[in-house]
Amino acid sequence: HQAALRLLGQGGGSSSSPATRLSAHPDSRCWFVAWSPNGTLLASCGGDKAIRIWGREGDSWVCKSVLEDGHQRTVRKVAWSPCGNYLASASFDATTCIWKKNNEGFESLTVLEGHENEVKCVAWAPSGNLLATCSRDKSVWIWEVDEEDEYECVTVLNSHTQDVKHVAWHPTRELLASASYDNNICIYKEEDDDWECRATLEGHTSTVWSLCFDATGQRMASCSDDRTVKIWKEYPSESGDTSWKCVCTLSGYHGRTVYDVSWCPLTGALATACGDDAVRVFREDVTSNPEEPVFSLVAQVTKAHNQDVNCASWNPKEAGILASCSDNGELAIWRFKED
Amino acid sequence: MVGWVQMENANPVIFQRCRDRPLTASEEDEDLHLIRSINDPEHPLSLEELNVVEQVRVKVNDAESTVGVEFTPTIPHCSMATLIGLSIKVKLLRSLPDRFKIDVHITPGTHASEEAVNKQLADKERVAAALENSSLLEVVNQCLSSRNI
Repeated sequence: HQAALRLLGQGGGSSSSPATRLSAHPDSRCWFVAWSPNGTLLASCGGDKAIRIWGREGDSWVCKSVLEDGHQRTVRKVAWSPCGNYLASASFDATTCIWKKNNEGFESLTVLEGHENEVKCVAWAPSGNLLATCSRDKSVWIWEVDEEDEYECVTVLNSHTQDVKHVAWHPTRELLASASYDNNICIYKEEDDDWECRATLEGHTSTVWSLCFDATGQRMASCSDDRTVKIWKEYPSESGDTSWKCVCTLSGYHGRTVYDVSWCPLTGALATACGDDAVRVFREDVTSNPEEPVFSLVAQVTKAHNQDVNCASWNPKEAGILASCSDNGELAIWRFKED
Repeated sequence: MVGWVQMENANPVIFQRCRDRPLTASEEDEDLHLIRSINDPEHPLSLEELNVVEQVRVKVNDAESTVGVEFTPTIPHCSMATLIGLSIKVKLLRSLPDRFKIDVHITPGTHASEEAVNKQLADKERVAAALENSSLLEVVNQCLSSRNI
């Protein structure tokens, strides 16, 4: 494999646009970045309690809106609704804000309260009718959204014994996965109007920081403080329960905690964000056995940022475009190219 | 689960401060100087007087931009271990260039909840959240305030 990861606009092409490295949250941490569903906007959030919306103007990326005054503390994560008209933000102030896009920018629509302390993550279900949040209070909440933009908590799940770091929905089914400081992953499903944990995935030996489904939802990648990435595959079970097995562990590549993993829905490339300042891209060996897949490191930037990389996120519409962000407040946009 | 602040050890054993003892070459280490004067949250004494931080336990690798600190709590059940560790971490975060990766651990075998304390100290999200808690930050700053020595 010949592949390279370069800052957007930098080298390897005819484009002369400036390299895309932005001071997104100056003098603070940039914790997370999220692409809008149509791939044209990038939302970032950080320790400065703000959310910024970035978009392209000509060859440059510029800040289109700043969403302030929504939170009293760090904004840990942001998520776009599948329709792209709403943004949800999870904060250490124990609340989740819902923002609605209008002609001028974004307006605060509602504040979801209930978690006892820091909300660590928020995620919309593909239908847009359900929202999941998780917190240091060890719980995962599922909220139902109605046509009047009213949000109601339909369930509180207490399957983890510690801090819940991340939640992610299956791309097509109403299946939710959560990652925790208790080293485990839980998978939840609704049955007879009742949400329940249907599977607990054990394998990581320290905090699971993030997880991500592939395009089909048959597999999931998780990343951990144990410096590994694990690939999990779903196996049908007669009881109707969901059963997931670890089919691959990527170890020896990451020098410190792996904070995020992103599985490109368009190309199948797997990107990681690591506490060793690097961004890495892995590719599945197409000739490998699907029951024991082999992933190879095909590109990496060892000093992608000057400090920990907290997030890596593939653009959902433009293949090979990857955004990353760091403890130094920066965000960067990369182009991953394979020959 | 380990919290940041719990209860106390009323009668700590007091050790001599480094300046009262003959200095060795390793003790000139800049990072130990940073940590040496951190105050113990429970006692009007520095961490060094309480012997919770030993200079031999500071490892600096300038080329790789890493700093590792091992500290020894006064007693195996010292409830302040996480707070002491947090204070050491904050002091180093504030004093060292951003490029350094800072790892603060309990000296192996010296604390009952060693693993849980180490895990909490290594979790930068929890550390960040703790430092946004004004009352906890005040305690940390008290630990870090320079005393007239």
